[in-house]
Amino acid sequence: MSLLRTERLKKHFGETRAVDGVDFTVNEGEFLSLVGTNGAGKTTLVNLISAFLNPDSGRIFIGDREITYASVDERIRAGIARSFQLVNLFDDLSVLDNVALAIFAREGKTKRIFALAERDTAVTREATDLLGQFGLGGKARARAGGLAQGERKLLDVAVAYALRPKLLFLDEPTSGVSTRDKSQIMDTVSSVVRGGRITAVVIEHDMDVVFKYSDRVVVMHEGRFLADGPPEEIRQNRDVATYLLGTNVSD
Amino acid sequence: MAIRQAAPAVRVRKKKTMEIVAVQVLNSLFYAAVLFLIAAGLSLIFGVMGIINMAHGSFYALGAYVTAWSVAAAAAAIPPAALFIFLPLGAVAVAVIGLAIEPTLIRPFYRRPEEYQLLVTFGLLLVLDDVIRLVWGGTPLTANRLVDFLGLVQIGALPYPVYNLMMIGVGIAAALGLWAFVYRTRFGVLLRATAQDRRMAAALGIDVGRVYALAFGLGCFMAGLGGAIVVPSQAAVLGMGVEVLVVAFVVVVIGGLGSLEGALVGALIVSALRTITIQFWEETELAALYLIAAIVLLIRPTGLFGRKS
Amino acid sequence: MNAPQVPSIGRRAALVAAALVVLVLVPTFASIYQTQLLTYGLTLAIAALGFNLLLGYTGLLSFGHSAYFGGGAYAVALMMRYLGVSSMELFILGGIAFSAALAALFGIVCVRHTRIFFAILTLALSQVLWTLAYKFFWITGGTDGLRVPFSKLTLLGGLVGFPGADAYPRFIAFYYYYVLAAFCVCVALMWLIVHSPFGKTLQAIRDNETRARFLGVRIWRYRWLAFLVSGIFTGLAGSLWVPLNGLTTPDVLYWPQSGKIVFFAVLGGFRNFSGPIFGAVIFNYLEVYAVAVTEYWQITLGVILIALVTFLPAGVVGTAAQLSAWLKRRRGAAA
Repeated sequence: MSLLRTERLKKHFGETRAVDGVDFTVNEGEFLSLVGTNGAGKTTLVNLISAFLNPDSGRIFIGDREITYASVDERIRAGIARSFQLVNLFDDLSVLDNVALAIFAREGKTKRIFALAERDTAVTREATDLLGQFGLGGKARARAGGLAQGERKLLDVAVAYALRPKLLFLDEPTSGVSTRDKSQIMDTVSSVVRGGRITAVVIEHDMDVVFKYSDRVVVMHEGRFLADGPPEEIRQNRDVATYLLGTNVSD
Repeated sequence: MAIRQAAPAVRVRKKKTMEIVAVQVLNSLFYAAVLFLIAAGLSLIFGVMGIINMAHGSFYALGAYVTAWSVAAAAAAIPPAALFIFLPLGAVAVAVIGLAIEPTLIRPFYRRPEEYQLLVTFGLLLVLDDVIRLVWGGTPLTANRLVDFLGLVQIGALPYPVYNLMMIGVGIAAALGLWAFVYRTRFGVLLRATAQDRRMAAALGIDVGRVYALAFGLGCFMAGLGGAIVVPSQAAVLGMGVEVLVVAFVVVVIGGLGSLEGALVGALIVSALRTITIQFWEETELAALYLIAAIVLLIRPTGLFGRKS
Repeated sequence: MNAPQVPSIGRRAALVAAALVVLVLVPTFASIYQTQLLTYGLTLAIAALGFNLLLGYTGLLSFGHSAYFGGGAYAVALMMRYLGVSSMELFILGGIAFSAALAALFGIVCVRHTRIFFAILTLALSQVLWTLAYKFFWITGGTDGLRVPFSKLTLLGGLVGFPGADAYPRFIAFYYYYVLAAFCVCVALMWLIVHSPFGKTLQAIRDNETRARFLGVRIWRYRWLAFLVSGIFTGLAGSLWVPLNGLTTPDVLYWPQSGKIVFFAVLGGFRNFSGPIFGAVIFNYLEVYAVAVTEYWQITLGVILIALVTFLPAGVVGTAAQLSAWLKRRRGAAA
């Protein structure tokens, strides 16, 4: 049984067919890249799955459970987590607090009112460990809003990861970051995610990143899937080359 | 706020009940006209600029005070018919004040978090509320001579001020005029474009600052006009600004914030509700209005015509 | 609120202890009038503390906190008048219960909306309460209000009473310590709340509502809880205030009273814990001396508010903290 499955998922914005009858399957343990040109529908697809948007038609399943119209917190409890393209952090809280909060939320401890957050050693330890894994250990007490862009991207992923989801969606985790930092970020993300045996779907534009880190590449174009397979196969795919890479494969 | 009505005490006959109902309906329409002006002004400013002016009611109060004061001051020199000029003039004076305030107090805060915008207009409310007391003192100001001048008309056996009927007309004219302005004129197009997408409008060469200033001025004009047309019917008193604002909020809750149709429909509904509630249990008038507002909020959080912004 | 440079726990504890010692010693060197004035300041500080849970920590600006302050005050007055209660402890319980009920009710209406609508609704609902207070004059005493004379008051479960003609100085002396104790409890409690997981969640909601929702936090439920706690603290403040004032009138529910509470937080700085406390105490003295100078105190208040928001958005305490951090950096750079 697949971890995630969508059936003929559709979302139109007036004339624009953002997601046009998509059957998307994600299997447990995969590290999958979702690629396509701007407007291909990648973010909309992730928005539909993570409850940011409601679909016009179609269905979504986690395992055998239908979550098509489930609320945000129901989907999180079902095991879905996501990061955002434009970094979404709690800027006035410390880096540690950002991650700790996700852990509190996961553990259902957010209503605790007569206990000091810092005194919860289990949470603090887990948060510190996680920051270490993501290379942010030294910045634990710093204000999240004051970090450099690359660090903010990592923290964004770390917060989503801290929910220990079954399925993690990362929306352009390396956008807005210098090329050198990109590999650093993806190295970290990929090793932590795989190490935690979490299934990940990464929306990416940078094809080098995609080919280097993914088990499987799904190419979207104008709301539909154009190609779906391991990186080598996608690299050879003529349609992909034309639509995505803009090259005319001639031979 | 009770609209004064000239209904002598007589024994109730069935025909009399019809006349009383008619008078109440007319009173309700008058008050609806006033509410519409205030709510439409509030909605206009919010729709175009995305801010709520907490001092909006104070502009209504200023309109009332300026009009009443100028009518009283000029009454000796000018024939009563000509005194009516002070109604729109009062509104214009308020608009001018609004045009002075927007670039100095409001504009610096567009880019800042919402709290600061609310705080600065709340500070403005504190100031204007007390400035009115400073300038005109605590005694209510009246402009009854305008009502008296137009005399009474008979609704069956009940006399009714012609003034009220005329102001219902003003309300209708304002609604139509505003609609035409927003949807039929060039500036209206600029307004709507800027309301929809500020950056796009600026990119198209629209002077967004000027549009904002004029929209704010127009909103204040409407609030001032509301005050101006109400003051001949009832005195300008301290505290009238916040009092009307609280009722105007119910109008935008029910009608939807940022919508002109919502302001019109909301004003009619709220005014009718108010008239009915005053008949049955006067003390709970405001509480009843807010109970209904709360229910509307539960069912339709953005109001009847509101859009999620 | 995590500033990049947090003064050490030891230094903070020392400052708090020193402040506490000074506060405890005040009646020994200050006049009755000054002690009474400070007592007022402490009640306002509790109100500000409650208010700022919503503004500073949850990001919700309420223009209607007079409803809870006044609610707490009227609860005491009504209990004394109609139930013959005289125990301050019972008054406190009644005040808390009443303001909790109000906050719970108003909160349901207010918290589900955008911050702008929230601000409007809080103002409006407090005014609804105000009209009820003066219209139902046969219950509430209308504009004359209800008296709460201290001579009928007992503290500590009836142990301390204030009968007799010269009881006033004695009352002030005891009541100051009573309010001081309540103030300390409130400060400790609120400090705990904002540093708890619940408090962190509120701050997350303030910083980034979307992200908080995507952590599975049910936004409006937390806002409602914050609203409830905030209303309770401010209601307690009102209950403590009214025996000092001897009287409660609808003025305490009128919107400028909400404006003052907002002012405390903005003056002191709402982005830190102690700002509103200082703001309330400073305002308390400011008001006394300003009212003596001008009849148009509200204009001054409005102008200062606008000036604060324009030039000093971090408030007195916030700006002082920024200044000291800046000085420290300069000293560090020069070394």
